[in-house]
Amino acid sequence: MSLIDKINITGITDEGLVRDHNEDSIGHNDELGLLVLADGMGGHKGGEVASAIAVDSIMQDLNTALPQIPPAKIDESTGYSLESMLIEKAIKDANFKIFNAAQENAKYEGMGTTVVVLLLYDNRITVAHVGDSRLYRMRDRILEQMTRDHTLLQELVDRGFYTKKEANESLNKNLVTRAVGVNSSVDVDLLEDIALGGDYYLLCSDGLTDMIDDNLIEDIMLNYRDDQDKMTRELIKQAKDHGGKDNVSVQLAKVLKEFPVNANWLNKFFDIFS
Amino acid sequence: MATIQISLNGTMESELNLDKDIITIGRKNDNDVSIDSLAVSGYHAQILTILNDSFIEDLDSTNGTSLNGKEIKKTPLANGDVIKIGQHEIKYINKNANSGDNFERTMIINTAEEGMQETEGSQKIDQSVGKIVAEIATTDSGNASQQQARIRLVSGANSGKELPLTKVLTTLGKPGVQVAAITRRPTGYFLIHIDGGDNGERPKVNNEIIGLKAHPLKDNDTLEVASVSMIFSFE
Repeated sequence: MSLIDKINITGITDEGLVRDHNEDSIGHNDELGLLVLADGMGGHKGGEVASAIAVDSIMQDLNTALPQIPPAKIDESTGYSLESMLIEKAIKDANFKIFNAAQENAKYEGMGTTVVVLLLYDNRITVAHVGDSRLYRMRDRILEQMTRDHTLLQELVDRGFYTKKEANESLNKNLVTRAVGVNSSVDVDLLEDIALGGDYYLLCSDGLTDMIDDNLIEDIMLNYRDDQDKMTRELIKQAKDHGGKDNVSVQLAKVLKEFPVNANWLNKFFDIFS
Repeated sequence: MATIQISLNGTMESELNLDKDIITIGRKNDNDVSIDSLAVSGYHAQILTILNDSFIEDLDSTNGTSLNGKEIKKTPLANGDVIKIGQHEIKYINKNANSGDNFERTMIINTAEEGMQETEGSQKIDQSVGKIVAEIATTDSGNASQQQARIRLVSGANSGKELPLTKVLTTLGKPGVQVAAITRRPTGYFLIHIDGGDNGERPKVNNEIIGLKAHPLKDNDTLEVASVSMIFSFE
């Protein structure tokens, strides 16, 4: 089922005001309802190589694999949908490719990348991520961060070392605890949720969230909620107006219409009530 | 590197570099900072240093630990902070602090065995990764999601019926009345409002209507979805 008339996808990646090249990569497939964003790290162009491999490899893998499975079927041993399992596998494949490229070429040694993937299918979403690129959802005018950063700072907040406010003063910023391509294997965080008409999903690199806070992101999205192209440009513009110290990337998906595989999808709800 | 200066009645007694992950302070001799005073517990407090930042943590001492006059349990330290233990004052000095614009490139903390040998000369973090950092980076703090959970209906026609939450996303409710979902995320289980029927009403947790954001669930929370009560519990 094509999602072209049900989901509207926009995206911009920008090198910002300070860096001389862009190590972020973005990609999307409107038919599949797939969005991928990666923020590369590592010298000698390693960062841009790693993020480009990640986006290309994940998009290609899923473009081949997704049409071959029945939609929204649950894998009984893990409880995840088959879509989630394929996304996890695609990220692990990308990890393997980047790791091997770094092993084969000394100038790419140590390169890696964050990644965040969103897939919309059968009124559901799967979100997969590694590192500090994020996914937010705006529903009914409220913005919610759905991913949890894999950073030392977030780990310290979770363990009670800092309050969120204190963490902003920390000197240990920008240390990620997980990345794609750095080791021979990688752990991927997966989550599944229900998508509703009117939802906006925002994928972004830390070039956005280090420059502007969640309140401002929410304000911008509310102000431009009827014009997704302007919303996308404004998010990039505000990140640059607030310093633009890093590459900044934004991808947005809006649910125009619900997209169930079966028309009476709500009736699938379970038997425990009836 | 950060240092601490230990003083009594305004006279500095000693100074110490924070070159270890953990510096302990207490009355007993095997502390890094040993203070011979009955007001000080055997192992009174510790200073944890994680890369550029340090934290003071009271080790359930009898008389407590204060920071700039306020009693604390565990809190980050800023340059110039004064810790008070018994009558002793410990001043924290970190010249790196307040260095203004320290926006750095994102770096990867690589704690895997295979990666550790190659850190030199690459873009990976060039500081030796301390024990605490390595531990934090490799253990998952959000391990609530590893636990199996279930819901048990406690009202309505199916009262007593149990449902193990084997799927990552489980939908509950009656279409047109109220629909919600329980989702298992890497950080734990959450209840999500999906559809409130004509009047848009959201489900309740422990008799309170939940917000529009995902609501984290705790063991033995009582949920109410489509007028049916159920208890969420870990196995």
